[in-house]
Amino acid sequence: MSASGSKYIQGSTGPWEIVIGLEVHAQVLSKAKLFSSASTEFGADPNSQVSFVDAAMPGMLPVINKKCVEQAVRTGLGLKAQINLFSVFDRKNYFYPDLPAGYQISQFKNPIVGEGEVLIDLKGGETARVGIERLHLEQDAGKSLHDQHPDHSYVDLNRCGVALMEIVSRPDMRSSDEAAAYVKKLRAIMRYLGTCDGNMDEGSMRADVNVSVRKPGAELGTRCEIKNVNSIRFIGQAIDFEARRQVDVIEAGGTIKQETRLFDSKLGETRPMRSKEEAHDYRYFPDPDLLPLVLEQAWVDGIAASLPELPDEKKARFVALGLSAYDASVLVAEKETADYFEAMLAEGADAKAAANWLNNEYFGRINKAGYTLAEGPISAAANSAIVQMISSNMISGKIAKDLLDIVWEEGGDPRVVVETRGLKQVTDTGAIEKAVDAVIAANPDKVAAAKLKPQLAGWFVGQVMKSTGGKANPGVVNAILKTRLGLPDEG
Amino acid sequence: MSELTNFTLAEARDAVAAKKISSRELTAAFVKAVEAARPLNAFITETPDRALEMAAASDARIAKGQAGALEGLPLAIKDLFCTKGVRTTAGSNILSNFVPPYESTVTQNLWNAGAVMLGKVNLDEFAMGSSTETSAFGPVISPWRTAGSNAQLVPGGSSGGSAAAVAANLCLAATGTDTGGSIRQPAALTGTVGIKPTYGRCSRWGIVAFASSLDQAGPMTRTVRDAAILLGAMASVDPKDSTSVDMPVPDYEATLEGGVKGLRVGIPKEYRIDGALPEIDAIWTKGAEWLKAQGAEIVEVSLPHTKYALPTYYILAPAEASSNLARYDGVRYGHRTEGATELIDLYEKSRAEGFGKEVRRRILIGTYVLSAGYYDAYYARAQKVRSLIARDFSRAFEKCDVLLTPATPGPAFGIGEETADPVAMYLNDVFTVTVNLAGLPGLSVPAGLTAAGLPLGLQLIGKAFDEATVLRVGRALEIAANFTAKPQNWWRAA
Repeated sequence: MSASGSKYIQGSTGPWEIVIGLEVHAQVLSKAKLFSSASTEFGADPNSQVSFVDAAMPGMLPVINKKCVEQAVRTGLGLKAQINLFSVFDRKNYFYPDLPAGYQISQFKNPIVGEGEVLIDLKGGETARVGIERLHLEQDAGKSLHDQHPDHSYVDLNRCGVALMEIVSRPDMRSSDEAAAYVKKLRAIMRYLGTCDGNMDEGSMRADVNVSVRKPGAELGTRCEIKNVNSIRFIGQAIDFEARRQVDVIEAGGTIKQETRLFDSKLGETRPMRSKEEAHDYRYFPDPDLLPLVLEQAWVDGIAASLPELPDEKKARFVALGLSAYDASVLVAEKETADYFEAMLAEGADAKAAANWLNNEYFGRINKAGYTLAEGPISAAANSAIVQMISSNMISGKIAKDLLDIVWEEGGDPRVVVETRGLKQVTDTGAIEKAVDAVIAANPDKVAAAKLKPQLAGWFVGQVMKSTGGKANPGVVNAILKTRLGLPDEG
Repeated sequence: MSELTNFTLAEARDAVAAKKISSRELTAAFVKAVEAARPLNAFITETPDRALEMAAASDARIAKGQAGALEGLPLAIKDLFCTKGVRTTAGSNILSNFVPPYESTVTQNLWNAGAVMLGKVNLDEFAMGSSTETSAFGPVISPWRTAGSNAQLVPGGSSGGSAAAVAANLCLAATGTDTGGSIRQPAALTGTVGIKPTYGRCSRWGIVAFASSLDQAGPMTRTVRDAAILLGAMASVDPKDSTSVDMPVPDYEATLEGGVKGLRVGIPKEYRIDGALPEIDAIWTKGAEWLKAQGAEIVEVSLPHTKYALPTYYILAPAEASSNLARYDGVRYGHRTEGATELIDLYEKSRAEGFGKEVRRRILIGTYVLSAGYYDAYYARAQKVRSLIARDFSRAFEKCDVLLTPATPGPAFGIGEETADPVAMYLNDVFTVTVNLAGLPGLSVPAGLTAAGLPLGLQLIGKAFDEATVLRVGRALEIAANFTAKPQNWWRAA
């Protein structure tokens, strides 16, 4: 992948290239935690979903949740990654009140998933490849609450022990747009797979962002890691701020110190974490309470066989149906969108017509109204009916928009609405001839002018459409007008 | 009534089953013996009311013909097993007020079999020690004394409360745990029988963890038969312990009298160490002769990495312990310091006040060997040596069916005698840690007395999950040794 010129940022000494790698923490979709049977439901009362294992009571032991392993393997397969049949859980030791055992169970030397890749969609229909270094399973920590009491902190352990997949990318991204595209694509893949709901506002996905800068073509610069950024917008802001900061430091004669920083979304800036927060020696060692995780190839193959069609494959299929790469990538970006589109096709709509209708008409309305596709008032079947009526010339494009307004506001079957309100396009040449003749008769001066200046025929079309309430088939109107006005048929 | 406490577990079982005695009578006798033996400091928590209730329930089940394998038999439980609603201290100040809301799998198995709990017995703090002197509840005094002396001796450790209670007839049998010798060494020092089963044989769920890859629960009893009975009840595969192993638990008692004819008994030459008592060597030789006389074949074998076992153990066990004990932070349960000013202060003070010196020492050692820059030199290397030690055993078992070794390098020592020098204390485990590192079953059987009248034990080591053979050979040793000595009952007078 080569960086295009526009990705560089300008410094006083010339252009700089940004190098970005991401560690995304994605919460595994599962009912129970990684090593306990406590619920993972979001939004429960504090400490209502805590097992003895989660609270690290004496003598309690972790037992791996097979569903979480399956989800990690599924995700790995979706990332076209190496599945490691042998992996090991390690303890990462540190003291913090939201970590009851004093260690987090994670995978250090032997992760469950190795090298893979994600193809990201860039502006203009281009794609780029981002390498995946590894994916490993680990426990989430609980949550410290510092704002409940003037001089005490509280701890909520509901999240404690919830399964996370840490997905580590190669430093293959070169702009905040690429990083955003990567996170979106990763989220889309996991949503297609049903392995992570991707709800960043509920903390289901967070990212540690590694940023460095270099002169184009130079060796990699020293990186800073921005911890725990929890929205795609903030990831972009953090990268842009951090890259600019690093360029300014270097150009002022300074050097970048490798450090952990946090992103302050209120001020839109990154700043170093207190050294205490990062000065850890985690003393990793294999967790003696857990045997190495050994998977059977046949089991992995079974999961591979059950994988749904993923965004890239779906996109290729949509392009083969006649869609542009851009339209196809918009439609596959969210599983919900692609499903909606496919439901329209299943109801009989033409692919290209359905894609045009969604991308040019329907999505705009949905976005304007602030709805998700599921919240929108019009079903895929209804939109499919509208598209089919356009394709069969039953209604014109203009009428279709009016029809959409009616169905949006009032609901109802679009075909019935067209019948009852008389919105059908008129293709009866006799009726159209009558309308054309009426307009010609009423405007003799315009007729004379049109003979000299054939572009004026457009005005006549408008008048005829007006007099027929938009229901006349514009193609038929055009043809009849040309004959009546004696204009050449230039096609 | 006092003769009821002289019963072995098997005798009591048969007497209760035959309705010659009730569980209530039996339990009441032991409750009285426990009260009378407080000078031994064997119990941290006595549960006489619960014991008598459980006994009454047992008698009711017996009357209905629903008796379990251990119906109505009073046991002492090492205070490392979590017992629901009964304080579980691990011998530590940091858990001195901890009452578990759950029951360990092993003790649950015992209660399911009908056993009765007399109370929770003393131990080295978090099972870290070889003398039961590191307990925050004070040392256990061995019921044994050197002939003609009133000096207080240790019962060994860490299961010293269990060993003392069994030796002094304060219970029919007790549970122990063994991480580096904590069942076998105190058994040897108190003239009792103790078996550490194969790693994975008993569930670790609900046992306060010391070193997870080494810890195993096992029985401490007065006879080999009792050990066979109790192990059968304790052992089970447990879905709550990922390291427990799904192997059928055979009827150990059924094969106990099978004899040793044709069995090959290995004598590892590396277990003849400098500094061991001549009496140890003598009893070892005698043990081999006893087995030979009963038809076993004695073969010399080599376990070349034996000398590295103790240092390996004292890297791996503290490493795991340093992590396992991180949860005792004063935040959710257990001891919390008064008046900490901030978080780090809370951790430091709670842990400094809650943990004793030996536990602190091992946390420091463990933290050190896992630290960046030291991990490869210590922890990683120790893991490699551990594999070599395990390989030594597999090779030896190509030539023999069971190994015979001394259990300890010497008999019981005086209270306070070895506390000043931790390394001297660690040497107590020299013959037992290898077995934990290899995950094998090891049995200590009383074999004789020193000239001064103190018990010595012999150790039998078996192949993984072959406790049946180990117990069978142990029974043969027991018959030949005919060890009948009992400590004088001085504590009642005290």
